[in-house]
Amino acid sequence: MRATVRLVLFLVFLNVPSIPGAEAQTPTPTPEATAPPAPVSAPAGAGGKMFNPDIAVIGDFLAAAGKNDTAFASPSLEMHETEASFQAIVDPYARADFFLAFSNEEVGVEEGFITFTSLPASLLLKVGKMRGAFGKVNAMHNHVLPWTDRPQVVQNLLGGEEGISDAGVSLSHLFPLRLVYLEATGEVYRGESELFHAPRRGDLSYVGRLRAYRDLTESTNLDLGGSYASGHNDVGFTTQLFGFDATFRYRPLRRAIYRRAIARTELIWSRRQDSGETIRAFGGYASLEYQLARRWFVGIRADRSERADDPSLVDEGGSVLLTFWPSEFSQIRGQYRHLKYGEGETADEVLFQLLFSIGAHGAHAF
Amino acid sequence: MNRLSFVAALIAASLAASQAGAALQVVTTTEDLASITREVGGDKVKVESLSRGYQDPHFVEAKPSFVIKLHSADLLVVVGRELEIGWLPPLVTQARNAKVQPGGAGYLDASLHAKILDIPTGQLTRAMGDVHPQGNPHYWLDPDNGRRIADDVAKKLGALDGANAAYYAERQAAFDKKLAEAGQRWDAMMGPYKGLKIVTYHRSWPNFTDRFGLDVVGYVEPRPGIPPTPGHTLDLIKEMKAKNVKIILVEPYFDLKTPNSIARETGAKVLVLPPSVGGEKGIDDYVELFDHDMQMLVAAIKETAAK
Repeated sequence: MRATVRLVLFLVFLNVPSIPGAEAQTPTPTPEATAPPAPVSAPAGAGGKMFNPDIAVIGDFLAAAGKNDTAFASPSLEMHETEASFQAIVDPYARADFFLAFSNEEVGVEEGFITFTSLPASLLLKVGKMRGAFGKVNAMHNHVLPWTDRPQVVQNLLGGEEGISDAGVSLSHLFPLRLVYLEATGEVYRGESELFHAPRRGDLSYVGRLRAYRDLTESTNLDLGGSYASGHNDVGFTTQLFGFDATFRYRPLRRAIYRRAIARTELIWSRRQDSGETIRAFGGYASLEYQLARRWFVGIRADRSERADDPSLVDEGGSVLLTFWPSEFSQIRGQYRHLKYGEGETADEVLFQLLFSIGAHGAHAF
Repeated sequence: MNRLSFVAALIAASLAASQAGAALQVVTTTEDLASITREVGGDKVKVESLSRGYQDPHFVEAKPSFVIKLHSADLLVVVGRELEIGWLPPLVTQARNAKVQPGGAGYLDASLHAKILDIPTGQLTRAMGDVHPQGNPHYWLDPDNGRRIADDVAKKLGALDGANAAYYAERQAAFDKKLAEAGQRWDAMMGPYKGLKIVTYHRSWPNFTDRFGLDVVGYVEPRPGIPPTPGHTLDLIKEMKAKNVKIILVEPYFDLKTPNSIARETGAKVLVLPPSVGGEKGIDDYVELFDHDMQMLVAAIKETAAK
């Protein structure tokens, strides 16, 4: 055991970047031929930024019209969420990302974590409050979803919009293979989220994920994942989730700003224990997103999901979407959604979303 | 004792590994930087570019397969000036490689000593479109900047691989000489056309037009990153007619519909000109890029000279 600790410490030591002053000073030989053009003094433009983090604010405005007489209906007009992000490098070994979400009634830390980027053994460690690495949609913020809502299976089995979002530790390992991107992630959380509950300190929840990705051609790729989560549910027993996700992407490099297609499915199996019995529920969605022109996208999604505590209730339906990008920094989206709830009621709605962002240019999610 | 010998073996193994993996693994974000690094690094480096030359370098997808490449890289060379801001940062974070983190020993921003144009002054807002606060990132299109990049690359390779520092310096000097001579050739080719008015699609060419004395009177995009609008297109047509502009330069990754309709209205010629190595078949290195673009440009000017 002690030897292992020493080995790890030793490996950490090996990976620590050398101190600048200690770098080997190599003499720079002077080229004899033609004198190269004098370097132009152009500092990398710290501008007025100094050590401030990159700051951005994203507004997510939603509107809904049409028929939905259930308790799940969303309001007619709503400033659904305002997300402020603060992102910067902490020190040579880590970076930090904070996302504060302001919604109708509350302000909360949607995510706030540190990522250690210089660990040995192909490890990446995140510590803080995070969205758990269960499947695809759970880890996504609202503004990167290809829809105005979250699929029904997420509402029914994964805790809804908040999902598995909790304080904890995430450790992931990248297998050093050339042909396949293979990544294993293990996470431990306090156990307190929309889905899990932790009345006692020992009621931790766990998330595990294995992701495999491969480029098929330069324009197409396949992304597969298997996920597992377990924790204590609201009646004091254990809920286990098993997930499978598959994504196929097409984006021709030469026409990358005009054309892309993303086909995705996520399937989730829930095993919820409840005083002596185990309730099994299943749900999933399949979606297709297609870019028609530089600023126009269409989409379609099919939903079907049983309820976690009563699998005899099945919600099913579908959506079609149209999205327009005035620029990289704003987005207008309309979604027609038909949904038949397990209780028998039907909802036909038009959902509208306006996303707008100011501040630093964030990277695009993949 | 056992443990000690184990540690010793580990050290020996890691040393052996660093000796055996002779060639430095270099990843660049664009093919232009890859070409320059190959010129300097010769057979002591193995260079791979993440993006292709026919791809818009602003909009590259952050594919996990790039993480694999960054994971094993000894050196990452970036264009900088926020060109890659939309896709590179998450890849570097996930690379699990301390060397290529910003500020790490194996991270090189190629723009640090280059001549950078279009550095905005005064208040900056997104009403100007997708502007780059640190200046125009398409700076590699001036061969003198190519020489400055090569100089930086040689110094960095020498610092990472001291045993071959002289080799890199020698190759850099030879490349510098080659570029200096080629630069004179290109200047001579463009000499007769100094002051020629052209229009370009995106603001990709300021270093190129500055170096070779072309006068850009307008852009097909109303603002950087904003697709053409009918109103702006009409204005541009009017201006091109008034100033007798006969050439529209378009990067290979943009749609030709608007440029073609402008050309029909004005009698100008649409010239698809690759701004990067690999932008077209046969453009395999940095010198060939300029050779190709110069020939195409001069041919187009001659063709439209019967104005």
